[in-house]
Amino acid sequence: MTDHNDTSSNHLPASVQEPIANPGLPAHLPRPTDVDPKAERRAERQVAAFFVASMICAVLFCVAYFTLDIKDETDTFIGLGASNVALGATLGLALMFIGIGVIHWARKLMGDVEIFEMRHPASSSEEDRDTTLAALSAGLEESGIARRPLIRNTMLGAMGMLGLPLIVGLRDLGTLPGKTLERTVWAEGTRIVRDVTGTPVKPSQLEVGDLMNAQPEGLVTLHSEELIAEGEERGVEYLEGVDLQVEKSKASVILLRMEPKDLTFSDRSPENWQIDGIVAYSKICTHVGCPISLNEQQSHHLLCPCHQSTFDLADGGRVVFGPAARPLPQLPLTVKDGYLVAQSDFREPVGPSYWERDSK
Amino acid sequence: MSTSENVGGSVASTNGKTAASAKKPGRGSKVVGWADERLGLATAAKKNLRKVFPDHWSFMLGEIALWSFVVLLISGVFLTFWFKPSMAEVQYFGSYSQLNGMHMSEAFASTLDISFDVRGGLMVRQMHHWAAMLFIAAMLVHMMRVFLTGAFRKPREVNWIIGGILILLGIVEGFAGYSLPDDLLSGTGMRIADGLVKATPVVGTYMSFFMFGGEFPGDDIIPRLYMAHILLIPGLILALIAAHMLLLVYHKHTQWPGPGRTEENVVGFPMLPVYMAKAGGFFFIVFGMSALMGGLLTINPVWKYGPYDPSKVTAGSQPDWYMGIAEGTLRIMPGWETHLFGHTLSWNIFLPGQVIPIVLLLMVLSWPFLEAWVTGDKREHHLLQRPRNAPGRTAFLAAMITLYGLLWAAGGNDVLAVLFHLNLNHITYFMRGAVFVIPILVFFLTKRWCISLQRHDNDKLLHGYETGIIMRSAEGGYTERHLPISEESAYTLTARDRDEVFVPGSGVDANGVASKDGKLDGIRGKLSTTLFADNIQKPTAEELEEAHHHADDEHAHEIEAGLDHSADGHQFDGRHPVDEEALRGKH
Ligand code: HEM
Ligand code: FES
Repeated sequence: MTDHNDTSSNHLPASVQEPIANPGLPAHLPRPTDVDPKAERRAERQVAAFFVASMICAVLFCVAYFTLDIKDETDTFIGLGASNVALGATLGLALMFIGIGVIHWARKLMGDVEIFEMRHPASSSEEDRDTTLAALSAGLEESGIARRPLIRNTMLGAMGMLGLPLIVGLRDLGTLPGKTLERTVWAEGTRIVRDVTGTPVKPSQLEVGDLMNAQPEGLVTLHSEELIAEGEERGVEYLEGVDLQVEKSKASVILLRMEPKDLTFSDRSPENWQIDGIVAYSKICTHVGCPISLNEQQSHHLLCPCHQSTFDLADGGRVVFGPAARPLPQLPLTVKDGYLVAQSDFREPVGPSYWERDSK
Repeated sequence: MSTSENVGGSVASTNGKTAASAKKPGRGSKVVGWADERLGLATAAKKNLRKVFPDHWSFMLGEIALWSFVVLLISGVFLTFWFKPSMAEVQYFGSYSQLNGMHMSEAFASTLDISFDVRGGLMVRQMHHWAAMLFIAAMLVHMMRVFLTGAFRKPREVNWIIGGILILLGIVEGFAGYSLPDDLLSGTGMRIADGLVKATPVVGTYMSFFMFGGEFPGDDIIPRLYMAHILLIPGLILALIAAHMLLLVYHKHTQWPGPGRTEENVVGFPMLPVYMAKAGGFFFIVFGMSALMGGLLTINPVWKYGPYDPSKVTAGSQPDWYMGIAEGTLRIMPGWETHLFGHTLSWNIFLPGQVIPIVLLLMVLSWPFLEAWVTGDKREHHLLQRPRNAPGRTAFLAAMITLYGLLWAAGGNDVLAVLFHLNLNHITYFMRGAVFVIPILVFFLTKRWCISLQRHDNDKLLHGYETGIIMRSAEGGYTERHLPISEESAYTLTARDRDEVFVPGSGVDANGVASKDGKLDGIRGKLSTTLFADNIQKPTAEELEEAHHHADDEHAHEIEAGLDHSADGHQFDGRHPVDEEALRGKH
């Protein structure tokens, strides 16, 4: 017995321990189906009916499969395709009827007498445990592992050393970060183009209050050979596939025009980075990297839809609310050949934080 | 060769043939004989075919989890026939005309094909997704059941830990599957995951680059997640489920206390046929429900979101519900960051993304050991406890559920703001305080509530149940008439242990030597007081005796007043057990 039990029996007399004696298992009472042959036969027919219904549904499934077409009919029926609804309903019912039938059978017709088993402690018997321990020490003794530390230690060393190939073998899972996170494709003179059409932007095309999703030229796929040729002449590289996705996830920007008098200039947002109230900010949230989208026009606030960090674009991208810790990086702007271009890359890494990041 | 020999499994103990058995052996016994001569399974089957399983609705929750996992395996294999785990860029020319000609990853294109060009494909995709939700929800509710009834106590602690790991694996598996179609929503989820990984101190960027095969998003993550989703994690889950079930069979199921049900036995229906029929039938019901949902309820319509584009996002984007609390903690965290010697430590991401989930999981996994340490109880427990009889534990779970709910609500703070026209910032500020204050309030309220239920139980034992019949005495006073409860229900109510509060100092043994961990005794005493000191204990035999004596006197009055038992109008038809639930008046 455990000490827990001992203490409890110490200050309570045995008679008090169990105020009411266990009356034992109640007698089994028969069900209607046990005593009434009519009820029994009725239950039998019900169970069989469920199984037959299941068979019918299985056949209907096949009929629906071959007669209903799904091609682009996504909302023929309760907002879903007719084929989808029919296949789901027939298969679902075919399965459910089997389940209901079997459970009905178990409840009404199978024996319902409760039986009991005795439990045994989870542990093995003392004897078994001793035998095992004896076998264990005999085995260890015969191996001599305790007596031969040289063998034991070199073996452990060899096994430990196997960890090296295991870790080194994973090296080619990916390239090393290096400085990649600090750079984007923005460079001196890179044109800002509209997100969808890929056309460059003149300052006069933006009204005060306008907001535009933009990309560096080369990250928007153009559909005209001529335009591509013209761009390539100016040294633009048009990316596709993975490269496009990787660069887009860093270089996307938001272009916004405000009244110049509303802007607050500072070290991190100097006056010569904007053109007549037009500013460009990274679109990638400094929290964990969602693209930011929602604009509150009056306040020049930009909201991240993921965790609602809010940034003030009239004040150097300052965080006004939410879990983000750093302002949105600003892209220095200038004008070349009449179009908005970048003065340089961002002056700090864009996007989420990481350990090696070296700026506030 | 004679069949009766085979069934006996005899290895020629005599030369002669054993006498033919009275009944002609059927074909079944021939098959059994054939198999047993090669596999020797009869010894194991002998015990297990008629193994006893106690019956209670709450024992079905784990079964739902098990069966929905089987549904996931079946529907998942069907999806693998068409799904292409590749991030290579393709142009889409399938049946869904709205996206015709769009550039997208092969994974997204093949998901569209499954939805619009494979008959039944959308139904199975949706079924797979619904079953995933059911799987995780059923595991969570099952875990709450085990917690509330104390089923995790010795000897079942290991199974509790296996269960906790299963929930974790299930959530990771669900997140991996959710990311496979490479649509705008799941791509945004991956982007957030990348941000969480990058915030890991020291090794974050390396982890991110090794996960994505280079810089985010790269073109490796979908094939890698696919491997994890259809092989690695399901394999682990399967192995753990097998261990979970083996231990269940070895320990035998717990049961509720009641007449004839003790710590030493297990009472219920035999595995064959009743339990097998009920459980097997239930599999078809879970399978059928998933198929119905797959056919009739839209889930994750990826064609509406479009392919992943790192510069796009949909407003009000929400992850699957089981990621809700991670989302909530991320959202309400203040923007704390430390800059030290040219390095950045992002508490705002690192704490909610990594530390808090790990702490929560460890807390859940260690509870059985914590509780056993506080009580000092080293006995095996096979009888379940009613939640009210462990007020501290029940209150702890209520507090945790409240915390979960609050974080979940915080994860949808934008939805709440729109729905109730509230200010988003105010909701967030409120939540920052609420997650600390409200769970504590709920803890004390729940504890009080449990204790008052315990008191109510004792009243029933001592004074009988309330019949709802109001009696007027000769003096003009009113009383409610009480009748004694049946012996069976009285026994069931008393079938529980008396709690003991650990008093620091009692760890000093007879020789006055302080016990080893005497230093922690203070904490142990405090925890013990919080968990057990206010609990109501069941009456002693003397108290019961005394109360019944008193009741007999009262009875005499009633009989004089011309009222007897039959007046309360209850049916005692013999089929229904006369227990307190059926007879108790409304209160
Ligand atoms: C615990 C088990 C599992 C969970 C929680 C789970 C969860 C999910 C989820 C949530 C999805 C997204 C479905 C959607 O597109 O809406 C998914 C997709 C998928 N799952 Fe699973 N799954 C599990 C097991 C499996 C298994 C065992 C397989 C295969 C053997 C599998 C194969 C797939 C495939 C191929 C997809 C992509 C199909 C598509 O999105 O069109 N899953 N899974
Ligand atoms: S990613 Fe923008 S707030 Fe979290």
